[in-house]
Amino acid sequence: MSAAVDMSRFVRSEKVEALPPPNLARGPIAWVRENLFSGPFNTILTLAVLYLLYVIIPPIVDFLFINAVWTGSDRDACRAETAGHPVGACWAFVIDKINYFVYGSYPGAERWRVDGFFILLAVGVAWLLWLRAPRRDLGAVYFFWLFPVLSYILLTGGNMDLGGRFWLGFLAVGLLFVAVMGLAAYLLKASIRSAVIIGAVILAVIGLTLGLVDIDWGLDHVPTSLWGGILVTLLVATVGIVFSLPFGVLLALGRRSRLPIVRMGSVIFIEFVRGVPLITVLIMANTMLPLFLPGDMTVDRLARPLIGVAFFASAYMAEVVRGGLQAMPKGQYEGAMSLGLNYPQMMIFIILPQALRIVIPGIVNTFIGLFKDTSLVAIVGIFDLIKTIEASRIDPEWAAPTISYTGYAFAALFYFIFCWGMSRYSLGVERRLAAGQNR
Amino acid sequence: MGEYTDMKKALVTIAFGLTASLFATAASAQATLNSVKQKGFLTCGSNTGLAGFGVPDAQGNWTGLDVEFCRAIAAAIFDDPTKVRFIPLAAKDRFTALQSGEVDVLSRNSTATMSRETQLGLDFPAVNYFDGQGFMVRKKLGVSSAKELNGASICTQQGTTTELNLADYFRANNMKYEVVAFATSDETFKAYDSGRCDAFTTDASGLYAERLRASAPDDHIVLPEIISKEPLAPAVRHGDNQWGDIVKFTHMAMLNAEELGVTKANVEQMKTADNPEIKRLLGTEGKFGEAVGLTNDWAVRIIKHVGNYGESFERNIGEGSRLKIKRGQNALWTKGGLQYGIPVR
Repeated sequence: MSAAVDMSRFVRSEKVEALPPPNLARGPIAWVRENLFSGPFNTILTLAVLYLLYVIIPPIVDFLFINAVWTGSDRDACRAETAGHPVGACWAFVIDKINYFVYGSYPGAERWRVDGFFILLAVGVAWLLWLRAPRRDLGAVYFFWLFPVLSYILLTGGNMDLGGRFWLGFLAVGLLFVAVMGLAAYLLKASIRSAVIIGAVILAVIGLTLGLVDIDWGLDHVPTSLWGGILVTLLVATVGIVFSLPFGVLLALGRRSRLPIVRMGSVIFIEFVRGVPLITVLIMANTMLPLFLPGDMTVDRLARPLIGVAFFASAYMAEVVRGGLQAMPKGQYEGAMSLGLNYPQMMIFIILPQALRIVIPGIVNTFIGLFKDTSLVAIVGIFDLIKTIEASRIDPEWAAPTISYTGYAFAALFYFIFCWGMSRYSLGVERRLAAGQNR
Repeated sequence: MGEYTDMKKALVTIAFGLTASLFATAASAQATLNSVKQKGFLTCGSNTGLAGFGVPDAQGNWTGLDVEFCRAIAAAIFDDPTKVRFIPLAAKDRFTALQSGEVDVLSRNSTATMSRETQLGLDFPAVNYFDGQGFMVRKKLGVSSAKELNGASICTQQGTTTELNLADYFRANNMKYEVVAFATSDETFKAYDSGRCDAFTTDASGLYAERLRASAPDDHIVLPEIISKEPLAPAVRHGDNQWGDIVKFTHMAMLNAEELGVTKANVEQMKTADNPEIKRLLGTEGKFGEAVGLTNDWAVRIIKHVGNYGESFERNIGEGSRLKIKRGQNALWTKGGLQYGIPVR
């Protein structure tokens, strides 16, 4: 008997009282009792919320569906005194104006081109987002290169008519560029051959892009002043999203770089762009910029806010991505280096996949914010969806008390569907990527 | 227009005054007519949406009185009213866009004022709509003149010139009133429509547009008094007088055509009329069009494609439209209005 150990100090002397059996009561009533009426406080809260819903929901349903007017050709259909019953939402107005809401003033005979853009966009999004889609690497090439080029040709008509002199100049500058690449490789004692090949590929891609938009495809030119509606809303959002992710990643890496000029450049860009509101950027672009340019030089009125939005989104994206990079433990970097990976390999194969996964909620949050911010372009006279609704709701043809509400309800529905879709998709992606560390 | 606060106006004026003096000369030095002909289309700064003056229809084509004025200029130059590119401009962008040469003409219900002519370097060659602040009341109030509004509560938009004009008018007439002000024009009208106040005030053209949106439009009347001057005019840059003349006489041609009974329908027959005034207007006598760099049938082109002023007025804001605005001050001078066509001779 090892008397040195006093068993009674850590061994129970009597049996523990049995726990009550797990609550096996199932069914809606048990659920309601447990979740909604588990105590007096929760009961009061539940009743208060139910009362609020009772106050809010019926009028909304009444307005949007029961009293809504679905058919009609002018204001008489949506006025209580001519329709003979209380009138809620006037969906007939939205139906009558839907072409304007979707295409803006895009010429009627050319609207198939906008449809083409929508289809190209849908294909690109589906290709990239559907996880089991074939050849998603090609999908990325499509979405980030082919799709913008094709969209540009479709929407504007292409046929930039650059002229022979431009091509001569382009060739000269291009060859110079390749030569400089080779020289730099020689000075840095890197492989000259691969440097020249990289240079030539960049040159070829730029040349091909310019060549495609230079060709006369037989499409009429449609000036951007005629674009509008959902076309512009999706265009601004797409440009922002397509540009912000790659540029944001580059800026975030730049900000953490050890090279002082790269770091300073990134910091200045990010802090400057984040330091001003988007509205200021837009007003600068559309009101002040023309004053600083020589009289005969203009930048397209739609291109200006597009560039502004792309810059703006990139700066925000950079900070989101930097958050992810910051969260990576140092061991990951050291592990990658100890495997002999160089900087690009380390980033592409080890760091970024993990860092980006961490910040998916942040990225999607930025996208959703950006998608809704697109409506700000309206204040500089660009006709996005909101602006087309604003311009239509004052149409005397449809002057009725509920027209404005109907228009805004339609806009709300449109934005909600897109933003909700984005957030659901990101939830799915998070769940899939985080399978190994469910919390 | 009563849409901005004085503060904003001052800021805008300062910003534009500084920049305009630097850039206006550069932009307008080249003859606008030549550059328009070279481009092959007119760029027209238009409203982003104002009932009767510039609104998109269901197909996205712009219609309205101001829009048709630009079409008339295009018709005079190109004999084709579709050769216009409309650039919808927000109120704060409009003058810069003109200064910077982004638009050739601004036809966007802008009030002509002295400071805009002198400090912003603009010209307002002709007034195409005389507007002014008016009142709307319920019929059952039994009021037929603004002078009877003593003690009334009046819905108006906050921080606008409308509010200031209102104060001036009631003080000048020694009447009491109560202001119920709201941030947006929508809220303002909604409040009036739901009975928060006895009267609603804004620019007269806006009163007619708002009345259509009322829950019972026929229960409201617009009182005859106009208490402020808002001469709405197309604008061009200082310094290119030929272009200013073209814009001015586009309007004058439309007025003269109405006065002489030349319409869209009868313009071809009128070419053979004996009346020397019609002959000069339609270019069968004299070379008045060539003198401003156009063809001699410039007025025929305008009337053929757009019509005379009366036709354009009736179609867009008058009896032929939903707005049903009376001609009032915009009647011809022969009918007691202010629209006076300078003779072509």
